[in-house]
Amino acid sequence: MKILVCISNVPDTTTKITFNSDNTEFNASGVQFILNPYDEIALSKAIDLCEGGKGTITVIHVGEASTEPTIRKALAIGADDAVRIDAAPSDAYFVAYQIAAYAKDKNFDMILTGRESIDYNGAQVAAMLGEFLDLPSISIIKKLDLNGSKATLSREIEGGKEVVEVDGPFIASCAEGVAEWKIPNMRGIMSARTKPLEVLAAQSLETLSVVEKFETPTPRGAVKMVDAANVAQLVDLLHNEAKVI
Amino acid sequence: MSVLVYVEHAEGKFKKSTFEVVSYAKAIAQQLNTNLVALAIGNLSAEQLSNLGTYGAQKVLHVNDVQLGTFNAQAYTSILSDAAQKEGATVVVLANSFSGKGLAPRLAVRLKAGLASGVVALPTLQGAALSVKRTAYSGKAFAHVKLSGSINVLALNANAFPVSEQQVSAEVISLASSAKPTDFKTSVKEIVRASDKISLPEADLVVSAGRGMKGPENWHLIEELAESLGAATACSKPVSDAGWRPHEEHVGQTGISVSPNLYIAVGISGAIQHLAGVSSSKTIVVINKDPEAPFFKVADYGIVGDAMEVVPQLTAAMKAYSQNG
Repeated sequence: MKILVCISNVPDTTTKITFNSDNTEFNASGVQFILNPYDEIALSKAIDLCEGGKGTITVIHVGEASTEPTIRKALAIGADDAVRIDAAPSDAYFVAYQIAAYAKDKNFDMILTGRESIDYNGAQVAAMLGEFLDLPSISIIKKLDLNGSKATLSREIEGGKEVVEVDGPFIASCAEGVAEWKIPNMRGIMSARTKPLEVLAAQSLETLSVVEKFETPTPRGAVKMVDAANVAQLVDLLHNEAKVI
Repeated sequence: MSVLVYVEHAEGKFKKSTFEVVSYAKAIAQQLNTNLVALAIGNLSAEQLSNLGTYGAQKVLHVNDVQLGTFNAQAYTSILSDAAQKEGATVVVLANSFSGKGLAPRLAVRLKAGLASGVVALPTLQGAALSVKRTAYSGKAFAHVKLSGSINVLALNANAFPVSEQQVSAEVISLASSAKPTDFKTSVKEIVRASDKISLPEADLVVSAGRGMKGPENWHLIEELAESLGAATACSKPVSDAGWRPHEEHVGQTGISVSPNLYIAVGISGAIQHLAGVSSSKTIVVINKDPEAPFFKVADYGIVGDAMEVVPQLTAAMKAYSQNG
């Protein structure tokens, strides 16, 4: 079994998000970058599926050389080898196109991604890969079981779940719950330094979306405190002032 | 030229989020001075379909056959892209729902379209291009994205655009499926929907709780408050990590982002990752025994007190309010 896991490099979840003075670029100074948590869950699932020598895991990342610590982290957690497509990931279409170009003749049994990156939140790459590679894609899964060439996946729907079966290669984006987090051990960290990391040039592509500017949410007014002994006042405020009930 | 809107339904019924999407698409059609065409797939009654005229759809395309009763991203993409081309659509609108996230990206690739998901406002027109506001950095920011495709796809967040009625007479047209036999590589085995629960991503009102509840055995207090309001229940990450509540209730940067009218946070301190997931809520109420909890800084209303005492009192006050109101 050959599994490809797509990973992205994102600001740590504790980051306070700020932008440069004209709000056109994320202010990365002093920001710690991490392996996108959902991608880490996808990788953890791949490791579970390959346990006991049942398969190999390649991680692929579209990004510049500065992102290599994140790739090494994925190798430390348990991927066998890595590929970096050397380009800034301008949008999901660009990223999916690069990954598809790499994967199209490699016969992966499955391609896993995280449900979304925590910076762009597009939740687009998995389904785009499905379209580029003409493979089924199941977005936002919470469970994945294999039985021979058949996979049973449980995907999230509003207020419940849908159980989907697929026979043959597929693409899925993983949410929390699909696997337990894997913490890299010392042997993993040591071996990550020497595992193969191939760097490939990007294919050129015209993208159809570009971020023109960012903005941060408008701050709320001062909090209005209600006495714990008078919760009825809160109900009154929610009805008459906030008008939300 | 036209605007095409995909109307999602759950077992033959449209939800509020679908009417939001239709209202939003209608507003774009008016910006572009063109017609709104809706497309529905699967089992739906003629009455449900013609009712889409209430929200301004002049034409409703309906595709149904035995294979299309359940969601299939590839088949639905084939049908939608075919309809978009035949109707000369320059904008396609979908809900940024779980199924929408499986569909919109495939559709954008198939149509060579620009795509923005997590959209929260109407686009502004820049010649032939569109500029749309979408969420980014998991609710910590917004991005204005310029889409320059000859056709563009927008996936609208729930609770981001109000439903607006604009009655027109909708012409309902049945179409044959344009899905290809090779589209059917997946099959749906089971759909489980908790019918007594309100779906969290679309909820108008949310009651959420954290470690301040001390343990899962106290969660009935939260459920009772939610019930008194008709609200969905949610929780913080430490609570779902500890297994007190299921992962699908986890709100925050690595969980679900919500944008209800009212978000009540009980015993949640307000870590930056949690705040990211709730920042677009209209009104935030925080109940916490620690007056220094960071959550108070981003709340509209606050109560300092022990959740075990405040929550039952609030439930009683809500019940009294709804009986009198």
